[in-house]
Amino acid sequence: MVADSVPPMNRSPIDVAFTLNGLEVAISIDPAERLLDTLRYRLGMTGTKEGCGEGECGACTVHVDGIPVNSCLIPTYQMRGTRVRTVESIDPADVSALLGSGATQCGACTPGVVMTAVWVWEHPELLESHTLRQLMAGNLCRCTGYDGIIAGVGQTLEENGR
Amino acid sequence: MTVFMPTTLTEALEIRCAEDATPMAGGTDLLVHWPEQLERHDRDYLDLWGLDELRRIEWSDDMLELGALTTYWDVVTDARVGAAFPLLVDAARQVGAVQIQARGTWAGNIANGSPAADGVPVLMAYGGTVVVASSEGHREVPLERFYSGYKEMDLTPDELIVAIRIPRRTYRHQRFIKVGLRRAQAIAKVGAAMVSNGSGWRVVASSVAPTIRRCPTIEARISNGQPLGSPDDLLPAIRTDVSPIDDLRSTAAYREQVMSRVLYYAIEEMNHR
Ligand SMILES: Cc1cc2nc3c(=O)[nH]c(=O)nc-3n(C[C@H](O)[C@H](O)[C@H](O)COP(=O)(O)OP(=O)(O)OC[C@H]3O[C@@H](n4cnc5c(N)ncnc54)[C@H](O)[C@@H]3O)c2cc1C
Ligand code: FES
Ligand code: FES
Repeated sequence: MVADSVPPMNRSPIDVAFTLNGLEVAISIDPAERLLDTLRYRLGMTGTKEGCGEGECGACTVHVDGIPVNSCLIPTYQMRGTRVRTVESIDPADVSALLGSGATQCGACTPGVVMTAVWVWEHPELLESHTLRQLMAGNLCRCTGYDGIIAGVGQTLEENGR
Repeated sequence: MTVFMPTTLTEALEIRCAEDATPMAGGTDLLVHWPEQLERHDRDYLDLWGLDELRRIEWSDDMLELGALTTYWDVVTDARVGAAFPLLVDAARQVGAVQIQARGTWAGNIANGSPAADGVPVLMAYGGTVVVASSEGHREVPLERFYSGYKEMDLTPDELIVAIRIPRRTYRHQRFIKVGLRRAQAIAKVGAAMVSNGSGWRVVASSVAPTIRRCPTIEARISNGQPLGSPDDLLPAIRTDVSPIDDLRSTAAYREQVMSRVLYYAIEEMNHR
């Protein structure tokens, strides 16, 4: 279910401060707001998408303190003092391999796929204990059949020397 | 909806005692379909996420202690835990995917009380105990005695789970089994955790009874030295220990059959190693 706007605040607001893509943010939020809603409707960061709203699809993936999480399952008040990073912080040039490999068709899953891919690229040591498919398992895609995603993520790893 | 955001455990326990507020840990159970769960918006919450003192993995001579905010990912990435308690890592790696593992807590898995949980069976097989606290003090309950019925547990409204303790023992065999619809992002239809120290087995079953539970009849049957001829030889013991149901994920008949087979082949394989 996607809200058109932030719900009216009929409860006492909570003040929350965190960093978003490196910039300090200090806002008043509705206690019922999920990080996903805060990003999209209060902060205008609409790159992060809502798919399922139940933690299954990963379309809403962002990094909190450097780890991918589902922003649809996080109460914004828990972001006090954290570092939040969204797809808006990513330089398109850095994900060009995904374009060439057929990793995206309709694009609904892509912002989430990109955030998990970026995390894998930044932590190639994870591949000593996990396969690429295991690391990407929290990002569902209805279009590509996954091979293009895995190929694009793998190609960038190789270009980075892994 | 009021959210209490204590910064110390003492403060959190005072709030827990004074207010009717639902504890919020990683939120991976509580926030599912949140926009539609309007009745949940009318509750008050006690946010545990700011309690750094519950974020710890500590070793002593005879046990491992996980603070209540320990996540699956904390365990997956801790080589020492993996070496001493491999089933914790096996189970953690099969909970959702990294996005869930990074937020979901072991204590939340216990308190959520799902009969299909993956964290609970491995903790129970290892003889884990739950440390609960209130303003009055602490107590420790063996996990295998924590549940009394579907989502019913030995936790009063003024208490919080503060830690999980796991005794350090030597095992000859240990195995975690999860049968779901697919490998990632699936809830167990049948699950089991089993350990043996060479003289006897501890077997814990999930998704086949109102609670996750130890299976004393199965344990006796496979520890008594009488060889098993086929998976069906386990069915009478399985029927004594558990009572699977038909639900959206599977049927009772399927669950019994699959339980007998996964246990049988796991034991065969381990005995021949
Ligand atoms: C997509 C998805 C996939 C999942 N896959 C699996 C899976 O494969 N296996 C599995 O077992 N689970 C799975 N889960 C369920 C969930 O992730 C786990 O149960 C997790 O361990 C819950 O922990 P949490 O910290 O997020 O709990 P929360 O949602 O914060 O809380 C859960 C319950 O525990 C209570 N609680 C939390 N901490 C405490 C405490 N310290 N003291 C007292 N009460 C407390 C809360 O009040 C609430 O009732 C999945 C969930 C999702 C959304
Ligand atoms: S919208 Fe968050 S996981 Fe699907
Ligand atoms: S490109 Fe359409 S869902 Fe992935």
